[in-house]
Amino acid sequence: MAEAGAYLRLAAAWFRSAAQYPLSLALLTLSQVGAAMSSVLAIVFVFGHARVLSGFDLGDVLFLYALSGLAFGLADFAFGSVEQLGTHIRTGTLDTMLVRPVSVLVQIAVDRFSPRRLGKVVPAAITLCYALPRLDTDWTPARIAMVPATVLCGAAICTAIWILGASLQFYVTEAREAANSVTYGGSALTEYPLSIYGQDVMRVVTFVVPLAFVNWQPALFILDRPDPLGLPEWVRFAAPAVAVALLACAALVWRTGMRRYASTGS
Amino acid sequence: MTAPSAPVIDAEGVGKEFVLRRRTRGLRRAATRVPAVSEVSFTVRPGETVGYLGPNGAGKSTTLKMLVGILTPTAGRLRVAGLEPARQRTELAYRIGVVFGQRTTLWWDLPLRDSFALLRRMYRVPAAEHRARLEELVELLELAPFLATPVRQLSLGQRMRGDLTAALLHDPSLLVLDEPTIGLDVVSKAAVRDFLRRMNAERGTTILLTTHDLGDVERLCRRVMVIDHGRVAFDGDLAGLRALAPVPRTLVVDLAAPAPPIDVPGARVIRTDGPRQWLELAGNPAAVIARVSHDHEIADLTLREPDIEDVVTRLYRERPDPSAPAIAGDVRHNVE
Amino acid sequence: MGVYTSVFWHGLRRYATYRAATAAGILTNSVFGCVSAFVLIAVWEARPGLAGWDAADAVAFVFVAQALIGVVAPFGPSLEIGERIRTGDVAIDLIRPVALPAWWLAQDLGRAAFGAVFRGVPTFAVGALLFTLTLPDGPAQWLAFAAATLLAALVGFGLRYLYALSAFWVVDDRGVQAVAWLVGPFFSGMFLPLALFPEPLGAVLRALPWSAMVQVPAEVFLGDHTGAGLAAALGFQAAWAAALLLAGRALTATAVRRVVVQGG
Repeated sequence: MAEAGAYLRLAAAWFRSAAQYPLSLALLTLSQVGAAMSSVLAIVFVFGHARVLSGFDLGDVLFLYALSGLAFGLADFAFGSVEQLGTHIRTGTLDTMLVRPVSVLVQIAVDRFSPRRLGKVVPAAITLCYALPRLDTDWTPARIAMVPATVLCGAAICTAIWILGASLQFYVTEAREAANSVTYGGSALTEYPLSIYGQDVMRVVTFVVPLAFVNWQPALFILDRPDPLGLPEWVRFAAPAVAVALLACAALVWRTGMRRYASTGS
Repeated sequence: MTAPSAPVIDAEGVGKEFVLRRRTRGLRRAATRVPAVSEVSFTVRPGETVGYLGPNGAGKSTTLKMLVGILTPTAGRLRVAGLEPARQRTELAYRIGVVFGQRTTLWWDLPLRDSFALLRRMYRVPAAEHRARLEELVELLELAPFLATPVRQLSLGQRMRGDLTAALLHDPSLLVLDEPTIGLDVVSKAAVRDFLRRMNAERGTTILLTTHDLGDVERLCRRVMVIDHGRVAFDGDLAGLRALAPVPRTLVVDLAAPAPPIDVPGARVIRTDGPRQWLELAGNPAAVIARVSHDHEIADLTLREPDIEDVVTRLYRERPDPSAPAIAGDVRHNVE
Repeated sequence: MGVYTSVFWHGLRRYATYRAATAAGILTNSVFGCVSAFVLIAVWEARPGLAGWDAADAVAFVFVAQALIGVVAPFGPSLEIGERIRTGDVAIDLIRPVALPAWWLAQDLGRAAFGAVFRGVPTFAVGALLFTLTLPDGPAQWLAFAAATLLAALVGFGLRYLYALSAFWVVDDRGVQAVAWLVGPFFSGMFLPLALFPEPLGAVLRALPWSAMVQVPAEVFLGDHTGAGLAAALGFQAAWAAALLLAGRALTATAVRRVVVQGG
């Protein structure tokens, strides 16, 4: 994995650069932590009024939030800046990246890499540690193993969605905000049990934009709840397959976009 | 892989056509093919310094982008350092350095030093080698005082010196520069030219540059290629270009007082404005200057060199028929 | 007065050129509106009559809040004046025979007007199409909401003007901006109605200027305030708008004096 090596080497260099402005770094990290915390607070405030939302209590929802927050946070941590693709095309920095011996995807993803990107991950991790012991479930080895597997697959799915969204900008340079409605919108959507959105939304996020596999389907297994859509049991274990398929799709679309750029220069 | 005498750039009938899609009626789209470069053929040998000239929109940057692997040609065969640029872009990147004069390849908000550190990791240059080369380049380009300055705070000249350093840190054998002196002041221009000449002489770095500045060509390029309407229209040295498309130099004379047009052999007044007169020179400027200063009381004299645009424009005025044979033994077609 | 009117139109037209961004903004605001609406519907199902609202009121609140994003800009964009101070370009603005804050206000109101009509209205329409939601009772209530929206735009500008001016005293203002874009949506009630916040936090936030950007206009929209209550709500917004704008003007004077003295 030459790409992974390049990513790490460059991330280290960006990290050292960011560390030269500790105050700015601290404020920026804090704002990321704050953004994640405001989601947690909103959940806590909501449950201050309702004890149970469509069969899920505060602990369950915090658990769902933590899985979603970790998945989106990790994807954003490693690949979030691919959403800047349109800017790189407009300002010509993409051409600069093309004359360097490192994959463009790695260069864009690692651009301005800073530990502040962890700001979203840490509150989610703390929330997970808080929620896990409060879950009312029978902790079999399979359920225990499912927790880290879900985080991993969720992060992969979110990364793929992020790259797919960014690839749109090869065709429409202003597509960034539209893609945000899926990435950030998806992150907001998966903070709560999908059952509150009704069957139509659940079908869309299962079969069209497979956000249901980021946390919902695996969580149904961990929490041992019935699937409101009545999907078969095995769907709860489909996250790895969905992640692989989506990543392959993202790689294909990205490559197609790059080829198009090389033939049109715009 | 490449023999020492093998060409650094080998272009054979290289062309690039863009497909423009226009929406006509409703959702139907009409595609128009617009050739940007057609059948460009040339070779560049190691150690050459080549000026790639032409009016705006002639296909200069399209050619450059194909050479460095950013754009895929639609026709012909292209080899740079023995590689096919668009397909072997990453391998090629190790062997070439690229400078875009209009925009920096450095990171806008990072100090120069950090930009260089990032590049070292990108090109995987061993630390000791990097340090030695950086030291040398920093000394040659007098960059030491600015290493801690973020790029956005650098002047254009300082930034260009930073960009040159960045392009050479991995010791490329070919340096491609797009308008390296554009917008620079006289001192910075001279520094950049001196530096490039030195790199070429001492390290044998092959240099290909586009420019609008005749000074760049005169001081740097032993060979000149002119591209127009997507074709190589001239390939030779500057003297040859001038002989082919002579553009007279202009002598601007500020007389002590307004006077009727100056009448001296070898010069013709083309414009007057109060005490100032413009003389188009046909022959030796020294003789004309001597004669003018003998006949008139002079406040000031300036000799204006024709710029590259004039030479290139003249080249085309001499050959108005677009299907006439080009000088490089090439055939021009109307590409419209 | 003529110059500010033309600056207003300039600000409006400038945003009118970003058609793709406007469409994407409507999409994003609608998606977030839908997510919040579903969550609040679930809450009101569990606790009918919470905060004196029914579910349709809560959904209307959510979409009014999303529609106001284009007006009060709680997530930015930051005003250019910060960048102009940092680069010293503000010196050019000083040559013009106009009051600086008024100039920027006129331009930003142009942006807000565009945002209200071309981003806010379509976003709310999406909400009205997909959900059952409460609409104002008669023209008087619509008129009150229009006034509240205008005051919200003034407060939004006043806050962003102060954020931008911080560029003058803080070397690297990215941190300030980041915190501002975080605090704004949360404190204004855009993220979650302040009615759902636990006391006394809710009461404290209601007194701060951010609530004048979303919470108060949304309540006016729902008809929560009538008669003297309505006057008090609008008065609260107006008071914060005045305070922020006056603070902005005073700080501009200080900043300008320093630019002039230090020569930029």
